[in-house]
Amino acid sequence: MANAAVPQSRPVPVRIPVRELLPWTIFAGVLALALIYFVGAEQGATSLISGDTVHEFVHDARHLLGFPCH
Amino acid sequence: MVRNLLVRGMLAGLAAAALALVFAWVFGEPQVSAAIAVEERGGGHAAHAPAVPGAAAPESGHEHADEGSVSRDVQSTVGLATGLGVFGVAVGGVFALVFAFAYGRLGSFGARATAALLALGAFVTVELVPFMKYPANPPAVGDPATISRRTVLYLAILVISVLLAVAAVYLARQLAPRHGTWNATLFAALAYVVAVAVVYVLMPTVDEVAPDFPASLLWRFRIASLGMQAIMWSGIGLVFGVLAERVLTPRRALLPAA
Repeated sequence: MANAAVPQSRPVPVRIPVRELLPWTIFAGVLALALIYFVGAEQGATSLISGDTVHEFVHDARHLLGFPCH
Repeated sequence: MVRNLLVRGMLAGLAAAALALVFAWVFGEPQVSAAIAVEERGGGHAAHAPAVPGAAAPESGHEHADEGSVSRDVQSTVGLATGLGVFGVAVGGVFALVFAFAYGRLGSFGARATAALLALGAFVTVELVPFMKYPANPPAVGDPATISRRTVLYLAILVISVLLAVAAVYLARQLAPRHGTWNATLFAALAYVVAVAVVYVLMPTVDEVAPDFPASLLWRFRIASLGMQAIMWSGIGLVFGVLAERVLTPRRALLPAA
């Protein structure tokens, strides 16, 4: 049985090497976690900035995204 | 390449957040407003509300009325949009990085299929599984005194769920050569479900819903929360798949005889 011809429109996925990924993962990962922290938890369970403005500003998003708000 | 994917992931996250925002306005905000009305009537955990209606707002504590540091109008429009937008961009960026690792390592799926499968897996892992144990609560449901404990528990189940999902993918890859991809995937999914069930039983239950809080309102709020997250994740997966394919597919391959 001959193999069916591989269609040209479906190229074989090429893996991106881990050493190329690592610096971006560290850089963007830390940044993203900080952003999610400010939307999800700042001035709730923990507080880096005093007051409640951050908490109150993202209040509705925090509730609807499912984070414990208060 | 990675930078390009990262930017596209963040854009896909922003687009998904815009879709989620429309859903949140229509289905989410009415429930938040209704819950705040319950809170201001003194129902639920309204420990910080004035004891007498019309009394002066307390000096400290949580306050939803217009006298608070951010008005309800701002919370339900600019605040909601900002919160969802920042969350979408951040999650979209992380999604792009996970995609960059998974692409070409999960079999021969193309960019769009990889993104769609990852988005489904991410929705189940980081939203559905934590939600089923520690569901989203509207205002007036959570007891402010236990916020630290609830936040730690939510974070813990989120991390456990992600670790179990990674282990399940690893297991599927180990089993695939001997049992075939289909059976290996089914077995790994079953193992994940059983492990999650064990975690559900072992982790403490949080139930702070006051007896006088309307059950139908709680249901509508939680369904709105889950629906919004479903839109967020499907939006990220489908939009990013299209954007990523343009980066990953060499232009020559698309032309019949180039």
